[in-house]
Amino acid sequence: MSRYWTQRLGFALLGLITLAVVVPILLVIGVIVVEGMGALSWEFLTAMPFDGMKQGGIFPALVGTLLLTLGTALVAIPIGVGGTVYLAEYARDTWVTRSIRLAIVNLAGIPSIVYGLFGLGMFVLFLKMGTSILAGALTLSIMTLPVIISTAEEALRAVPTEFRTVSASLGGSRWQGIRYIILPQALPGIITGVILGLLRAAGETAPILFTVAAFFLPRLPQSPFDQTMALPYHLYVISTQVPGMPFKVQYGTALVLLGLVLSMNVVATVIRSYFRRRRQW
Amino acid sequence: MFARRRTRSAQANWTEFLIEALIRVLGFSTIGFVLLIFLFLLREGVPILRDVELSNLFGVRWYPTFHLFGTLPLLLGSVLVTVTAILMALPLGVATAVFVREVAPDWARELLKPMIEVLAGIPSVVLGFFGMHVIAPFIREALGAPTGLTVITGALILAYMALPTIISVAEDALDAVPKSFRDAGLAMGATQWQTIWRVVVPAARSGIATAVMLGMGRAIGETMAVMMVTGNAARMPFGLDALLRPARTMTATIAAEMGEVAQGSVHYHALFGIGIVLFLLTFLINLVAASTIFKKQRRGGLR
Repeated sequence: MSRYWTQRLGFALLGLITLAVVVPILLVIGVIVVEGMGALSWEFLTAMPFDGMKQGGIFPALVGTLLLTLGTALVAIPIGVGGTVYLAEYARDTWVTRSIRLAIVNLAGIPSIVYGLFGLGMFVLFLKMGTSILAGALTLSIMTLPVIISTAEEALRAVPTEFRTVSASLGGSRWQGIRYIILPQALPGIITGVILGLLRAAGETAPILFTVAAFFLPRLPQSPFDQTMALPYHLYVISTQVPGMPFKVQYGTALVLLGLVLSMNVVATVIRSYFRRRRQW
Repeated sequence: MFARRRTRSAQANWTEFLIEALIRVLGFSTIGFVLLIFLFLLREGVPILRDVELSNLFGVRWYPTFHLFGTLPLLLGSVLVTVTAILMALPLGVATAVFVREVAPDWARELLKPMIEVLAGIPSVVLGFFGMHVIAPFIREALGAPTGLTVITGALILAYMALPTIISVAEDALDAVPKSFRDAGLAMGATQWQTIWRVVVPAARSGIATAVMLGMGRAIGETMAVMMVTGNAARMPFGLDALLRPARTMTATIAAEMGEVAQGSVHYHALFGIGIVLFLLTFLINLVAASTIFKKQRRGGLR
């Protein structure tokens, strides 16, 4: 009988280890929510910072992050979806296709700070965009591509082959099949991929350090060629670069950033599980 | 009427041709981006070889203001933090993957998987912030490190940042082990516990190795959290207490110093040079990880 006790003990141990992985996640979220709630107010979200950022709100950083995310979406969605359609519907299994897959794996693995260097070298200096929302959004969109492509490709591949053959048998061209059958069927998966990519872009600091982020700029950007504050960089600045910053403001900023990113995460998860359950095939 | 329809379809063919051409270009764009990234790193980083002699670059002192560009302490700092993180993350990750895939009841799995995804979504600057305010003081009091901003603090946070990758890839690997393997183990009279560790996990070992490689790639490239909690002292991490002292990684060096250097200066090129090293390191790690993925696909899922 003793080996069944070994099994029981073993499973209990595995459960404990899993708890050791999961509990700290709850702890991080819990601490930031509890400590940050006190700072949250309408004014905190919509006021300009002043008095060395110790007072006022985080309005320009919040708007900056939203603008950057929007810009990233504008660039990354067409490239990502186009690239996905190629991989899932056109590419045959050749060495070229394998190179594309390898490139995607590597884009996913390049450190975020290296994206920052690249953005600085190419967009800011070589293409003379300066530190601007444009340069930052372009840098972030290349970084989000692998996330979008790998999630969206799964969605396209999940559409049964019969859908394609039926479309072709009705006289539809390949593109018509993609446009009217496959993309609509795969849309929830594509949206999930896009949101997952964008939430990464919204939370990243390193790629925007030298391409767009402003230390302190208490006004809203006027054009894509302006610098802007951004939430993740703002959190970094107020927690490491400004002495005597009140804890409340730091935790409040962390909470807003965490809330923004986690709510995008929840939306992506809900879309995915809702459509997975509703799927007829 | 007939003629009109023909012209319309000819036009449709033409736009379709354009769209398909565009899709092909977009398909190849990812290769272009990788090449562009490497090209610009080389363009800005290679001049360091002209400005600074090799013995200096491989020295043990990184003091750019005194024209000392020894990258060894940064490289070793990155390696030490990453290896420590992976040593923590590997047992945690594999045990969690086994628990989620093999042991946990369905309701627990439905609860655990989204939570691990949440961890993957937390921005690194938020984890760094948490590390500074909660973990560093704890390390300071528990282990007696002067500031609490040490290698072990950074490694702990990095371990949790690598966990979602390790868990999900390892879980896929366990998932790919055929059910017949498990049935055979149980039919031989082994307990579920014995079957897991002597049949299922060994059968999934190449996938688990991939998981560890990918986790390592994530850890070595992580920037913000590491910069905020490892203390950033560019010194050689030797000695028994190296884990309890601050260290500085390659990523943190770039992030901390690039903002203050003059464009085109020696220091500027040196930071891009570190970028090249990071790019090549992660490229290599991902190449190895990907080759096991591709091999598995060619074998058609059979092991």
